[in-house]
Amino acid sequence: MNKGLRNLAKGAACGAGLLATLGTAQAEELKIGMITTLSGGGSSLGIDVRDGFLLAVKQSGAGDVEVIVEDDARKPDLAKQIADKFIQRDKVDILTGIIWSNLAMAVVPASVRQGVFYISPNAGPSALAGKGCHENYFNVAWQNDNLHEAMGGYVQANGFKKPFILAPNYPAGKDALTGFKRFYEGDLAGEVYTKLGQTDYAAEIAQIREAKPDSIFFFLPGGMGIAFMKQLAQSGLDTAVFGPAFSFDQGILKAVGDAALGVKNTSQWSKDIDNPANKAFVEAFQAEYGRLPSLYASQGYDAANLILAAKGKAGGAGDKAAFRSALKAADFASVRGPFKFAANHHPVQDIYVREVVKEGEVLTNKIVGVGLQDHANAYVGDCKM
Amino acid sequence: MSVAFLIEQLLNGVQFGVMLFLMAAGLTLVFGVMGLINLAHGSLFMLGAFFCSWIAGITGSFWLGLGGGFLAAAAAGALIEMLVIRRLYDRDHLDQVLATFALILIFSELVRWVFGDQPLYLDIPPLLSGALPLPGGGGYPVYRFAIILAGLATALGLYLLIAKTRLGMRIRAGESDREMIGALGVDIRTLYTAVFALGAALAGFAGGMVGALQSVQVGMGEPVLILAFVVIVIGGIGSVKGALIGSVLVGLTDTLGRVFLPQVFKLVLPASEATAVGSALASVAIYLLMAVILAWRPKGLFPVNA
Repeated sequence: MNKGLRNLAKGAACGAGLLATLGTAQAEELKIGMITTLSGGGSSLGIDVRDGFLLAVKQSGAGDVEVIVEDDARKPDLAKQIADKFIQRDKVDILTGIIWSNLAMAVVPASVRQGVFYISPNAGPSALAGKGCHENYFNVAWQNDNLHEAMGGYVQANGFKKPFILAPNYPAGKDALTGFKRFYEGDLAGEVYTKLGQTDYAAEIAQIREAKPDSIFFFLPGGMGIAFMKQLAQSGLDTAVFGPAFSFDQGILKAVGDAALGVKNTSQWSKDIDNPANKAFVEAFQAEYGRLPSLYASQGYDAANLILAAKGKAGGAGDKAAFRSALKAADFASVRGPFKFAANHHPVQDIYVREVVKEGEVLTNKIVGVGLQDHANAYVGDCKM
Repeated sequence: MSVAFLIEQLLNGVQFGVMLFLMAAGLTLVFGVMGLINLAHGSLFMLGAFFCSWIAGITGSFWLGLGGGFLAAAAAGALIEMLVIRRLYDRDHLDQVLATFALILIFSELVRWVFGDQPLYLDIPPLLSGALPLPGGGGYPVYRFAIILAGLATALGLYLLIAKTRLGMRIRAGESDREMIGALGVDIRTLYTAVFALGAALAGFAGGMVGALQSVQVGMGEPVLILAFVVIVIGGIGSVKGALIGSVLVGLTDTLGRVFLPQVFKLVLPASEATAVGSALASVAIYLLMAVILAWRPKGLFPVNA
């Protein structure tokens, strides 16, 4: 009854022309609020997540799904404001889109407690996977540690004895180095935390030179990684570098250039994973946007398809319990192939090792092996739902 | 710890400081001569970087880009001085802060509208690529050496301009008594426009040079602007010499803090905690420096009207 009244009010608002874009207020309209980074140094990540997400919604042809997108400019306070507005004024059923873990920590706990679902297409801080897990929080990408764990194992297996590791000083950076060290058990040449959004790495590069490592592992997503790779190339150091896919994804490779050729990186997705859903996704994305998709785009695409599948199964998000169990079943064709959730609502999946190669004139990635198979995460046991 | 490492980090600190000086010099002149707080100085830095990478992208020449960034920032500086800033000299500082903050928002949106959201990239010219060997092993990027040299040359040029030329004499006169030089028949409006454009051009020049080291993006000027304010407060507002000393101090404190504070904490804490605590403390090191200097000399190191 209450909902009926609300819809009536919505219809009235439409009629008054206050919200021209709201469209028809159908019985089970699904409203999704996307908070993501569309400006500044982290913008390429958010733009890819958004484009992947909207592509899936468009393909589904669902007329009763509304997505509202706003830019958080990588600012936690702004993300929080947008979330409050989405929940209180726009009455969204689902929030999604956040790229950065510090923003996720500002938004997610309070939002899911208010009964809104949060489907993370990227940030997966350990705090939300372990003790802070919640029945309304699902991460469709990975737990933050995952890709770094796979790289730790790879570096160890390939006989490197003295890696130098660095990451930004924020939740995902700490998760990254923790994850790396969980699977790499040897000595480190050094371990450094940089400032989030730092653009000049001269001091860190000098430290690397001084420590004489046999390899460098770095997690510096977005523009940070580009700046680091460019400055590393200028410094004349030629130590082997390794990293998660974030440092070598499609958007970054173009800016870094040939310096990235041959670098090994770990990813849960690659455009050459051989399954029909992935082939269709890569083709459709290129046709729609005229560029190759990145792993962020694949995560946005999967997040939308997870939501759409659950909506189909539960008939909308009105019945929260039904919608939640439909989400948990994850009955959708992931571009990664088989997909399921662990007990703490994070994926159980294969993590691949990729190599940066040149296809014609375009730098891209090719799978060269599997780093971890059917990998969940280290925090499942800490999560009590 | 090798000597080469120490030299490299000192150079890094000086390079960062010299870059800050280019920003701070304009800021301190504008503040000292006109008594104006200009928050939009960071936008001029950004403008220089965008024009530099845009022109370099079209012509294929970094040098043309750098010159273009310099001129574009100077032109933008002269333009906003005539359209907006001129009306603010007689107002109090709060009005100036408000108006120039609005300029930040306007410039950011304008640049986003023209150049897009995605960062631009600028390659360093072939002439300055590669690394120079340092004594004791290791190397230092030629490009960063070039920034240090360019910054020091600018400092020398500014010193000569202010100490030896007629324009410099008027600037100094304007600092000590602006009514008087107006009464003596100096065209003070043109003088102010020239000083403002000069400061803007230096910011644009810094933006272009830094653009090749990192990425060129909307909002890149504001973090530098905050540091530049720290520099002019430390150096003494209005003093170019203070700005030079202050910026090198800030550059060295920031760089050496980032490197050595985690290592100091490693003596008493486990490694990963030490890096976390050390890097957190390093990010406030320059503000601690500012607090200490202001406690010792409340008007900065080289106050102009001591």
